[in-house]
Amino acid sequence: MKSFDYQRAETVEQATTVAAGKNASFIAGGTNLLDLMKLEVLSPDVVVDINRLDLNAIEQTDDGGLRIGALVPNSKLAADARVRQHYAVLSRALLSGASGQLRNKATTGGNLLQRTRCYYFYDTASPCNKRSPGTGCSALQGQNRLHAIIGASEHCIATHPSDMAVAMQALRATVEIEQTDGHRRQVPLQDFYCLPGTTPQRENQLESGELITAVHLPAPVEDSYQAYRKVRDRASYAFALTSVAAVTQIRSGTFSHVGLSFGGIAPRPWRDTEVEAMLLGQTPSRQLFEKAADRLLEEAQGHGGNDFKIPLLKRTLVAVLSEAANFGGDA
Amino acid sequence: MQTLNLQVNGETHELSVDVRTTLLDALRQHLHLNGTKKGCDHGQCGACTVLVNGKRINSCLTLAVMHDGDEITTIEGLGGSDTLSPMQKAFVKHDGFQCGYCTPGQICSATAMLDEIKEGWPSYVSVSLVGEPELTSDEIAERMSGNLCRCSAYPNIVDAIIEVGDKS
Ligand SMILES: Cc1cc2nc3c(=O)[nH]c(=O)nc-3n(C[C@H](O)[C@H](O)[C@H](O)COP(=O)(O)OP(=O)(O)OC[C@H]3O[C@@H](n4cnc5c(N)ncnc54)[C@H](O)[C@@H]3O)c2cc1C
Ligand code: SF4
Ligand code: FES
Ligand code: FES
Repeated sequence: MKSFDYQRAETVEQATTVAAGKNASFIAGGTNLLDLMKLEVLSPDVVVDINRLDLNAIEQTDDGGLRIGALVPNSKLAADARVRQHYAVLSRALLSGASGQLRNKATTGGNLLQRTRCYYFYDTASPCNKRSPGTGCSALQGQNRLHAIIGASEHCIATHPSDMAVAMQALRATVEIEQTDGHRRQVPLQDFYCLPGTTPQRENQLESGELITAVHLPAPVEDSYQAYRKVRDRASYAFALTSVAAVTQIRSGTFSHVGLSFGGIAPRPWRDTEVEAMLLGQTPSRQLFEKAADRLLEEAQGHGGNDFKIPLLKRTLVAVLSEAANFGGDA
Repeated sequence: MQTLNLQVNGETHELSVDVRTTLLDALRQHLHLNGTKKGCDHGQCGACTVLVNGKRINSCLTLAVMHDGDEITTIEGLGGSDTLSPMQKAFVKHDGFQCGYCTPGQICSATAMLDEIKEGWPSYVSVSLVGEPELTSDEIAERMSGNLCRCSAYPNIVDAIIEVGDKS
């Protein structure tokens, strides 16, 4: 690990001021940043410790939703009574990720900003456009089992690894950001991440020095079916090959709410509003689900090692929607 | 270099460390508490599990300087040869290890994991997110999946944990 200047921030303003304009990283849980710093994939000059900031609360908002502080640990969020009761998809997604020890350290902000698990991104001896722009993408012709089938570009086919972000997107969350001018803005999660295009090194809307302060969830969807279905190489402690987060509601026999989000298949948690629109107002049927899955996968493209994800995602989505159609009790 | 205070197993230590020092290296190299093991150094094996303010974490993926003032419990703090904790005794009784390298991490993790269950924390395999968690072997396997055992002593580890969990 390269040495760095360690700064402990006592206030949000101090954190953004210290970091702005520098090769600086905030450190929250450290479970992703330190992993990458040990390998010298990342070598910030300044590490700003944000753990003493007052961003550790889960609060009810005026519109009946929740405001989740950026430093709330993943384990605390998954175990929160309100989240378990009203946002079950989020609890399940968090609990499907990493391990008990990691979830105690991993934070809401850090989880959103964790980097891809692409093997070549981690291996500083390999070309990688995300790590060293302009060097090429080793995964295109190499090992790409974990990689994207949707939303990728010829410059990068990495996936975003977070489970939590997939569930939050199905819940239509927004990200609260402290700007370096002291103002805060909110960005819908579905607009927060960038697609790789020609600049895979840029992953989200944050500018230098900007700090995530919270994630907002809207009021819960009443009587909803909520599920997070994660398919992976082993039963626990593994990243998603594909995952589906669903928040659906059926009234008078037709879908009256459809929130779907997909993990493990794209450079960001994936949402397809056309697929949601196809289902909304319709009577659930297997035929409808297959049509929706085909629409979702219309432009999907495998790269050899990840071709299996195309049929796998179709089956996963059809399975989840079939369960949603039969849903009666609590989640 | 940076100075900090750690409360380790009930004793206060003032340390002066390079900012890059992980909590794991501070425990092993500065405080010579070698019970906590380094397996992968990347959060993948659980051998370095310790309790920070009562919660289990991987000490390899956190910096010592981030823990100024925190209370740390290592395997040495749970019990010694003559003062074994219930979990340590159960591991001996059920033969919950072979080479023993993963064992300090397993025991720290299991001890804190039972507290999580007492607090009602659900797991990914819990049938209901809102009911009381049950102490089944599936639940234990899921909740302990962050602790790998290269000798694969898993069945005996699960037996040891169930015994302690049932008693408390
Ligand atoms: C072995 C292993 C298995 C894992 N398995 C899974 C899995 O199955 N599913 C899954 O989803 N994840 C998994 N993870 C990843 C884990 O969820 C992340 O490491 C964790 O969520 C990161 O959170 P953190 O607080 O530790 O972030 P840090 O490491 O502290 O930070 C990560 C990044 O976010 C930035 N940052 C942190 N907080 C803020 C903020 N408030 N504002 C702006 N920037 C910020 C940091 O500068 C850094 O760039 C796994 C990790 C490991 C090591
Ligand atoms: S997929 Fe992206 S992260 Fe992986 S090697 Fe290619 S450019 Fe790098
Ligand atoms: S040494 Fe920390 S998890 Fe392996
Ligand atoms: S006892 Fe040998 S690794 Fe677990």
